[in-house]
Amino acid sequence: MDVEAAKMIGAGIAALPLAGAGVGLGLIFGNFLAGAFRNPSAASANQGTMFLAFALTEFTGILGFVIAMIILFS
Amino acid sequence: MTADFMIKPFVAFAGPLDQFEIVPIFPFGAEGLDLAFTNSSLWMMISVIVACLFMFYATRSPQLVPGRMQAAGEMLYQFVSDMLRGVTGNDGMKFFPYIFTLFLFILMCNMLGLWPTIPGLPHALHTFTPTSHIIVTLALALLTISIVIITGFAQNGLGFLKLFAPSGVPLPMLFLIVPIEIVSFLSRPLSLAIRLFANMFAGHLILKLFAGFVVSLAGVGGIITGLAIFPLLGNVAIFLLEILVAFLQAYIFAILSCMYLADALHPDH
Repeated sequence: MDVEAAKMIGAGIAALPLAGAGVGLGLIFGNFLAGAFRNPSAASANQGTMFLAFALTEFTGILGFVIAMIILFS
Repeated sequence: MTADFMIKPFVAFAGPLDQFEIVPIFPFGAEGLDLAFTNSSLWMMISVIVACLFMFYATRSPQLVPGRMQAAGEMLYQFVSDMLRGVTGNDGMKFFPYIFTLFLFILMCNMLGLWPTIPGLPHALHTFTPTSHIIVTLALALLTISIVIITGFAQNGLGFLKLFAPSGVPLPMLFLIVPIEIVSFLSRPLSLAIRLFANMFAGHLILKLFAGFVVSLAGVGGIITGLAIFPLLGNVAIFLLEILVAFLQAYIFAILSCMYLADALHPDH
């Protein structure tokens, strides 16, 4: 196989974690909203935890994106 | 080699990865040992100077009813001290100077790296994010972990090793738990470093990619030129997200450092 073609395929495969990160972010925000509507007075106290989970989850997707970009551009 | 950037006044960007290139400003160092003052060092210095100026200015003439700058400085101080006290308790407050410095430095590096470059400047003076290089973030992470290990052994002696064997676990399970805990402890500096580096790297890459779409669409001509507004709007939205991410990553680095310090102070639970 051509190296250039293999690079493109590899970058595409390396971008797959973004799908998982999307699912994870949806779960985090969805569950936070579900909990916040049930007990709105406790919502603001847990916002920090939600953003922590947001950043930790986003990281897994970002890692795949970075690897894809490194494959593509270097 | 000497002052290469002065000869070429403008270096056009070829790709989105060129913004991460390290350019020496004052070459220095012997064979095999490069100690040049680079654009990375320059932007780290700018971050430190901006952070120092901000805090000096905020605490210049403290008043009972704070002015705008004093209120901003106090808010930042309160934010970090609440975070540290919430995670480690009162005996962790001796690490406040370290955590505050770490938070402010990473925040300033991330935020100042978002400034657009003034067109026409030499390459060495282009806007640069030091935290988008894994060597910088790994150094910060290793510093944190070194402090954790030294504090852990200094405070608890060999009792620090209880961190790897949680109480209440039955003996046969320890053979499984202890290696897992050791691996998870060893992977902490790596995950700290890679998280900050990857977020900054990817964020700036996406900004430059979308900016590239704008230029290439606008250059087509005809009706298609008008379509360039969409990646431009997308870039504005991503820039807002990047401001959030720049703050959030500094916060996460600081709060995870706090959690690891809490482990060092109280390893038995």
